[in-house]
Amino acid sequence: MAAVIPPPGEHLHDRKNLQLIGKARRRVDGRAKVTGQTKFADDLQFPRMAHCKLLRSRVPHAIIKNIDATRAAARPGVLLVLTGRDFPIPYGILPVSHDEFPLCNDRVRFVGDPVAAVIATDPLIAFEALDDIDVEYEPLRTFSDPEDSIQHSEPRIHEYADKGNLHKLVSLQFGDVAGGFADADHVFDDVFFYQGNTHLPIETHATVGTKDPDGKLTVYSSTQCPHYLHKATAKALDMDPAHIRIIACSNGGGFGGKSDVFNHEIVVARAALMLDRPVKICLTREEVFYCHRGRHPVTMRFKTGVKNDGTITALHVQSLLDGGAYGSYGVASTFYTGALQTVTYHIPKYRFDGCRAFTNKPPCGPKRGHGTPQSRFGQEIQLDKIAVKLGIDPAELRLRIIEQPNTLTANFLTVRTIGLRECVERVVRMSDWKNKYKKMPHGRGVGIACSSYLCGAGLSINWNEMPQSGVQLNLDRSGRVTAFCGATEIGQGSDDVLVACVAEILGIDPHDVRPVTGDTDLGPVDLGSYSSRVTLMMGNAAIQAAERARDLLAIAVAKKLEIPKERLVFANRKVFDCENPLKALSFRDAVCAAETMHGTIGTVGSYSPPKSPAKFKGGGVGPSPTYSYSAAVVEVEIDPRTGWLRVPRVWMAHDIGRALNPTLAIGQVQGSIYMGLGEALMEEQEFRRLPERLSNALVHKFPSMLEYKSPTTLETPEMYIELVEDPDPTGPFGAKEVGQGPLLPIMPAVANAVFDAIGVRIDEVPITPEKILKALDAKAKGKDPRFGPASFPSVPYPEPIIVTPPWEGGDGRAANEPEKKHRTEQNQGARNAAWHDAQKLMNEKSNPEGASR
Amino acid sequence: MMRLPHFTYRAPKSVAEAASMLASGPGEAMLIAGGTDVLPNMKRRQQTPKTLIGLRNISELQTLTNGDGLCIGAGVTLTALVRDARVRIHYPGLWQAVAQIATPHLRNMGTLGGNICLDTRCNYYDQNYEWRKAIDFCMKKDGQTCWVATSSPKCLAVSSTDSAPALLALDARVRLVSAGGAREVAIADLYQNDGINYLTRRPDEILTTVVLPDPKGRKSCYWKLRRRGSFDFPVLGVAASARFEGDTVVNINIVLGAVASRPLLASKAAAALLGHRLTDENIATAAGIASDAAKPMDNTDFTLGWRKRVVREFVTLALRDLRGDDVRAERYRYALQSLEAVG
Repeated sequence: MAAVIPPPGEHLHDRKNLQLIGKARRRVDGRAKVTGQTKFADDLQFPRMAHCKLLRSRVPHAIIKNIDATRAAARPGVLLVLTGRDFPIPYGILPVSHDEFPLCNDRVRFVGDPVAAVIATDPLIAFEALDDIDVEYEPLRTFSDPEDSIQHSEPRIHEYADKGNLHKLVSLQFGDVAGGFADADHVFDDVFFYQGNTHLPIETHATVGTKDPDGKLTVYSSTQCPHYLHKATAKALDMDPAHIRIIACSNGGGFGGKSDVFNHEIVVARAALMLDRPVKICLTREEVFYCHRGRHPVTMRFKTGVKNDGTITALHVQSLLDGGAYGSYGVASTFYTGALQTVTYHIPKYRFDGCRAFTNKPPCGPKRGHGTPQSRFGQEIQLDKIAVKLGIDPAELRLRIIEQPNTLTANFLTVRTIGLRECVERVVRMSDWKNKYKKMPHGRGVGIACSSYLCGAGLSINWNEMPQSGVQLNLDRSGRVTAFCGATEIGQGSDDVLVACVAEILGIDPHDVRPVTGDTDLGPVDLGSYSSRVTLMMGNAAIQAAERARDLLAIAVAKKLEIPKERLVFANRKVFDCENPLKALSFRDAVCAAETMHGTIGTVGSYSPPKSPAKFKGGGVGPSPTYSYSAAVVEVEIDPRTGWLRVPRVWMAHDIGRALNPTLAIGQVQGSIYMGLGEALMEEQEFRRLPERLSNALVHKFPSMLEYKSPTTLETPEMYIELVEDPDPTGPFGAKEVGQGPLLPIMPAVANAVFDAIGVRIDEVPITPEKILKALDAKAKGKDPRFGPASFPSVPYPEPIIVTPPWEGGDGRAANEPEKKHRTEQNQGARNAAWHDAQKLMNEKSNPEGASR
Repeated sequence: MMRLPHFTYRAPKSVAEAASMLASGPGEAMLIAGGTDVLPNMKRRQQTPKTLIGLRNISELQTLTNGDGLCIGAGVTLTALVRDARVRIHYPGLWQAVAQIATPHLRNMGTLGGNICLDTRCNYYDQNYEWRKAIDFCMKKDGQTCWVATSSPKCLAVSSTDSAPALLALDARVRLVSAGGAREVAIADLYQNDGINYLTRRPDEILTTVVLPDPKGRKSCYWKLRRRGSFDFPVLGVAASARFEGDTVVNINIVLGAVASRPLLASKAAAALLGHRLTDENIATAAGIASDAAKPMDNTDFTLGWRKRVVREFVTLALRDLRGDDVRAERYRYALQSLEAVG
C-alpha cells in the first residue's frame, strides 16, 4: 500500500514538540566507524575464500577474435577462468539500456572493459595468471570525443543508439520560446564546458559472492543500490531472484559511484556458484577509474532572453554529453542537464535539446548532483554576466527571479516550499557581500551562485507503482525495536535517519533502535542510496511504520492505565498521561502490554512519491516530491602573475526544510563544498590519445589518487554554513535533502568570483592557473577576456516535443508526441493501469472497508 | 590493492655487509631504505628486483654529525631532518625542501638518501602494469618509444626530488661506498640528464653520507610548486643560495628541479648576478635567463607552457627571498601552509 502524501500542514500536526529530531546528535553508527569496527566488503573473510582478478581490455575498441586461457587455467592455484562465453545475458541499470555483459562477449569498448576473470587461491596468483590469457583483438576505429561520434556514425559502438554513435537525442519545448526571445530586451548566448570527473570514494569497490549451504546465492558488496544489484544479478545469471540475497556492506563513500551494477559483482557471484566456495574481488584504484560512471563531460549552450529588470523571458539550453562506452544512467543524466533550471528561477518559456554520445572511454553516469551541476554551472555564470551587463547586483538579480513556492513550472515540475530567498539573504549577510563584491583589491573577489536539487526521483527506474521505500518494525517484550529497510548506509547517515524517525515517534532513544539495512533477504525494498531520496522516502516510510506501532502500543497502554489513548504521550522511554505524567508505563512495559493484547508486534510503512503532472515523453526525469535549495558565496585570491588561485572562504546557506540531525546535515554541506571545490579547481577525468600513426591507444591519463588531483585539507577553505529550516509538508518532519544540492553552486560561484577578482571569465571547469593566465593574456591583448569553448558543435537534435506550459492552459501532455513512441508509452500506461486495477482488487478483497491507506 | 611480487628480503647490519650483498647479485638486487618510492614501483612492476637489501638496520646510516659543516647519514628520515635545529638554522634551503616533500606520513618513512636517488617520474611510466601494456610500454621500462616526445632518443622522465636541488645549491657532496672502496663526489656530479640513467651511482654502490660544507653565512631557500599543499611531487623546484658582501653577491647558486631529468644548474643566471646587487632589474634579468634554460616536457601535472612560464616568477621569488624581502604571503600562497608549523 502506498502512502498518500497528506495535504500541506497535516503532516506537521502534533510535531511541534520534537524531542530528538533537530537536535545535534552523535550518529548511531559513529562508534563503529571511529573505532575501525565497521565491516566494509573487503574486510569480509570466509573459510576457503578464493580471489578474483579481471583481465581488462588493453585496446579501446575492438572485436574479440579469440580468447585462449589454457595457460592461465593450468597455473597452480588457479581454480577457474571465466570469459564472455560464460555470460550470455546482458544487463544494465536502466531498462532502456541493457547493454553490458559481466565479461565482454564479442566486443571491447574501452581500455578497462573486462574480458576474462581468473579465480585463484591467492590474489597474486590470480593477477599473475592474467598475463597468461591470450586475447586476439581486431581493432576498430576509436572514438575519443563526442564530436568524433557526431561526425562518424560507423562503426557503431552500440547498435541501439538513437542515431549512429549518438546514444540519446532529445528535444523538448515548453511554450513559444522564439516569441520569448523576441520579447526580451537582451538575449545572452554563451557556451560552457564542464570537464568530467569521478567520485573518488576512499573505499575501492569490493564484492564477495558465496554459495549458501542450501544452494542459494549471497552477494556482499560495496553497493549503494542492493535492490538494483538484486534484479541485475537475477537477470544476468538467469536465476530466481528469491534465491538471491544481496547484502550491501557499509560503503566507504559512494557519491553515485556505487549506484550502478558492476561487472565484477556478477562475475564473483557466478564464480562462487560454480566453485561452491566464497569468491572475493577488491578492485584496485585504477579499476575504480575504469568502472567510473561519474560526471559526464558536457559542452553546453545557454541562450537566455531577459528584460532590463532581469526578468527572464525565455531560456534555450543545449547540451552535449560525452557518455563513454555504455548506457549506464546516461539517458537520465541527459535529461537532468535540462530538467532543474526551471525549479530555481521563473522561466516562462523553455526549450531543452540534449544529446549523449558514445565514446571509447569508461562510461559516465551519476555523480553527486547527477547531470545538474554541469548546466547549473552554465546558468549561474550566465546570470552573473547578465547582472553585470544590466548593472544589477548578482545577488539582487537572483532575488528578483526566484521561482514562487507551490508552482507548477513550464516543464510541469511541482515546486513546493522554496527557501532560496532566505538562503541568498543569509549568504549575503554572512559574507558581508555588499562590502566585498566589486570592492576588494585587484586579485581578490567574491562570487555568488544558487541551486536546487531533487529530494528523490519521482519516477523509479523500473516503472511500477510499488512503493519506493519500505520499513518494517519489530518490537518485543524486551523493549527492543528493530527497524528493517533496504536503504543503504554509504556514510551519509541513512541508518541514523532511520532510527531517529522511529525513535522520535516511539519516544525512545535512537540507540534503542537497531537498524537492519541493505539486506534484500531481511528488509523491505528501498530503491537505494541515490538521487537524495533516502531521508524523504525512507523517513516517511519509517514514520508510518512507527506510527502504526505507536497506535498498537497506545491501545494497550490506554486500557491498562484506563485513560483515553488520545491523552498518551510517548517520550523519555515512557508512555504517560499528558494530564498526569506520573501515570505512566515504561516503554518496555508498554510493549509487553501490547504484545499481551495483540500478539507479536510488527508493523510496516511504505512510501510512494506523488504522481507527476508531466505526461510527455521525457517528463519522467525531474519530478520530485519537493526540491532543496542552496546559495553560496565563494571568495578567491588570485596571483595575476601566475594565475594561481586559492579559495580562502566559502559561505553557504541550504534550505533543508528541517535538519533531522544537524551534525550530519552540516557534515553533508561541508563535504559538498569540499567536493565542489575539487571539481571547480582541479579534478579531471582526462584521457590520452597517443599519436595515431604509432598507436591506437586511448587511455585514462592518470588513474591514480596521486595524479588525479583532488583537494587535501590544506586546500579546504574556512566554511560558514547555515541551514534554512522551513519544514516542507512532503518531508519527514519537514525534512528535505542535503546530500547533493549544496555541491551545485560552488563551481559557478568560484567562476563568478574569478571575474570579480580579475575581470576575466573562465567558462569551463576545472578553473586552473593555466586557464586564468590565458584569459588574462587575452584581456591584455584587448581580446575577449575569457577562457572557454569558442562555439557549440553542430548536433543533429530532433524536432522538439511541444508541450504547452501550465499558465497557457497546458495539461502536461505533448501536442506532437511521435505516433509510434506515443503508442509504446500508452502500452506502458495500459500495463500500469491494468496492474493498478489488479492491485486495487486485491486490496479491496483483503480490506473490505475499502480504506484508501 | 595491487600486490607486491615475490622477493627475498635481506637485512645487513653494516654498510660493508650491504655492499658485499649488492656486489654478489649484480642487477638482481635493489636497496631499500624507507620504501616509499621502491615499493609502489614494485607494485606497478616498474621494478621487480629478486632481492631487496634493507638499509634500516645499519646504524651508521642513521647518524647526523657535525663535520666541517654537517654530515647526514643517507638513512636519516626526512622527519628527523625537519626536526633538526642545525638544518633548520644553517641550511634553510634544505630544510624548506625537505619540509615540503610528500606528506608527514611519507616523511616519517622516507630517507634523505632515498629522496636523492628517487626514480625519475613520468605520466607514461608511473602507471600500473596493465596501463603500460595498453600503450605498449615506454622506453624507460619494457618498451621502445618515449611517448613524451616520440622522436626522442633518450628517456625524458623528470627528476622529481626536492632535496637534490637544495643540496646542489648548498654545494653538498655525497659519499658512495662499494665492496671495492669508497668515493666522494659533488652531488651535482651524481646526476646526468637521462631519464633512465639519471644517476652516476654504479649499481654496486651505496650512497651512505651527504656532506654539507660550513654555510659561513650563506643564505639559502627553496621554492616548491605543486598542485596541492601536500602529497604532490614538484612540477617546479627552485633552490637558491648566496653569500653577500654588503649588498653585493659574491657567490650564488640557482638550481631548478623538475624541469629536466636531473636537477638543473642555472649557471648563466647565477653568473649574471655575481658581483652585483640583487636589484629588481638584476633579479628580472636572471629570472629570464633561468627560465630560458628550463625545458619542461608534457609528462607531469599542469601544462608545459605554464610550467615554463612560472619558472621566471619562482626564480624571482627565490632571489627576493635571498635579498631579505618579506615573502611570507607568497610562501603561504604556494605552500598552502605555514612551513614553520611543519615538523
